Amino acid sequence: MALLELNNISKSFGVGSTRNEVLSDINLSVEEGEFVAIVGFSGSGKSTLINLINGLLFPDEGEVLLNGKKIVGPGPDRGVIFQNYSLLPWLSVYSNVKLAVDEVFSHLTRKEKEEHIRKYIDMVNLTPAIDKKPDELSGGMRQRVSVARALAMNPEILLMDEPLSALDALTRGSLQEEIIKIWSQDKKTAILITNDVDEGIIMADRIIPLTPGPRATLGPEFKVPFARPRDVTEMNRDYTYKRLRNNILEYLMDVGASRKQVSDQKYILPDIKPVMPGRIIFGKKRKEEAVKYF
Amino acid sequence: MKNKSIKTLKFLGLGFIEPLIRLISGEEPKKNTQLFIKKSLLPLSSIFLFVLIWHLGSAALYNSEAEVRIEKARSEQGEAAAIAMAECIASGDVSCQPNTLPSPTKVWGAFQALLDDHNTISQKKSDFKDKVAATNAQREAQGLDPITYTGRPSFVDQIGTSLKTVAAGCLLAMLIAVPIGIIIGLSESLRTSFNWLIQIFKPVSPVVWLLLVFMVVKTLITDPSLDKSFIISFISVGLCAMWATLVNTSMGVSTVDKDYINVARVLKLNVGQNIFKIILPASFPLIFTGLRITVSVAWMVLIAIELLAQSPGLGSFVWEEFQNGANDSNAKIIVAMFVIGAIGFMLDRIMLSVQNVMTFNKAAA
Repeated sequence: MALLELNNISKSFGVGSTRNEVLSDINLSVEEGEFVAIVGFSGSGKSTLINLINGLLFPDEGEVLLNGKKIVGPGPDRGVIFQNYSLLPWLSVYSNVKLAVDEVFSHLTRKEKEEHIRKYIDMVNLTPAIDKKPDELSGGMRQRVSVARALAMNPEILLMDEPLSALDALTRGSLQEEIIKIWSQDKKTAILITNDVDEGIIMADRIIPLTPGPRATLGPEFKVPFARPRDVTEMNRDYTYKRLRNNILEYLMDVGASRKQVSDQKYILPDIKPVMPGRIIFGKKRKEEAVKYF
Repeated sequence: MKNKSIKTLKFLGLGFIEPLIRLISGEEPKKNTQLFIKKSLLPLSSIFLFVLIWHLGSAALYNSEAEVRIEKARSEQGEAAAIAMAECIASGDVSCQPNTLPSPTKVWGAFQALLDDHNTISQKKSDFKDKVAATNAQREAQGLDPITYTGRPSFVDQIGTSLKTVAAGCLLAMLIAVPIGIIIGLSESLRTSFNWLIQIFKPVSPVVWLLLVFMVVKTLITDPSLDKSFIISFISVGLCAMWATLVNTSMGVSTVDKDYINVARVLKLNVGQNIFKIILPASFPLIFTGLRITVSVAWMVLIAIELLAQSPGLGSFVWEEFQNGANDSNAKIIVAMFVIGAIGFMLDRIMLSVQNVMTFNKAAA
């Protein structure tokens, strides 16, 4: 049985004329120990998909199953690495990780917990910065804290929502390798959401493109045939690598283009003349997003 | 050593001394001289200018008041009386001094007089204490209350009372406003249901709060040994000042970054942990801004409230001096004004330092 299963998922936001069907008919099954990358353009609903898996959102139709059980909410069995790090700025690196460890390993003694926390901080090479606050760290270091926090919870599945897209190219490359190195230590099941096809090929076993939204769905999967550990420079010269990348890109471009043709309607613009405004009309305030706490 | 003292000074809100310290230690003399002039000498010169204008203005007011007095004596009692009045004013006799805006020198004199007065009173107090020490020991042995000094409080004592009132009022405001703010911040329905009440009560004048508190306290507290005027004034100060904290806390709690909430949800924190580990620290910056406003509002309304509640303190000092009408009363009122301003400034600095310690750098989150 697959560890994670998504069956006929669809999700939309809004009602009536503003209803926007983001995802439709998503089927995915992830085996234990597998590293799956979901690649898609920005705005195609990648983050919605990951939020459905981590339980921050619920599907309108279909079901998300983890170990055959339906997901009813977020939980520490799914470690999430957010795109914007989501570290708590008033806590040090150690305390940020500790918050997660305290929650998941509440049965451990203080000393065991401390060892556990230090182990994971050491794993991401942040021991020298252990007492620093997030605002004293660079973007790459912050994301490594986020990685340590997710891994320290010892989750069954690791969900990464564009973890590296806010970083510069150099940091990105080294962090890719580092995440892979850490991942290969205990081969956790991992789902990586990314908009970078190369990143997917370097890191994942299997790449699944997400067609551009609205009504985004998963395309045919592409297996990544390279053996681990992978050497990025070596791979770059490889013909298969280039072909695989071109295939995925071509697929994404093609569905993107067909998408565009479908919506190629003629819009008739109203014939209006500009006039001086009689009075100033202030823009309508954007309705505040309701925040749910519990 | 140098860097450490600079850091401490900055923390205390005395960052303007930094260039002077660097200058003395011979670090970048040109830049630090400029900085010193900009940060210390310019503010000082503006104060000097202010005192100068004050001096000239009060001299002009003094002269015009004197003129009026002489003119009045002339029209009512004739030329001889006018000359007598002019001589009397020139001689500096207390009975015929023009009563107007006092000059800076007079205010300085009044300030020193107040300090002298304080020294005399503290001397009297300690004398009294020595005198009754034996009696008090006897009374204590008999289970009676000791005899205490009941003379007039000095100016410094009154400052102390005022600070005590503000501290009690702010503490009350904090104890009421922060928990309520958190509770209404957490629930949108509570927020909307209380919003109108808050908006209605927020602009109510301190005087009205005082009367309201008076109505309630008068009925509730019948024990004559309690200091009723102090209770009334500190509760009124608290009620006037708590709104800023209440509004800021509820806003801070309701606008916690969604990312932090997501973290809490992924970690499955329970309600208590969620509030104390995520929501409260995340809204600390706004809560402390609210508390800072609360302290300054409390200090501002305190004078009016003390004045009306007859609670001993700076407010009643100002009012008594005004009613007193002695020849140095005006100068004493101005002294009180400066003291009130300086203490308000200090309180704000203290709150700013506390805020800096307690909050995180939001920009780099």
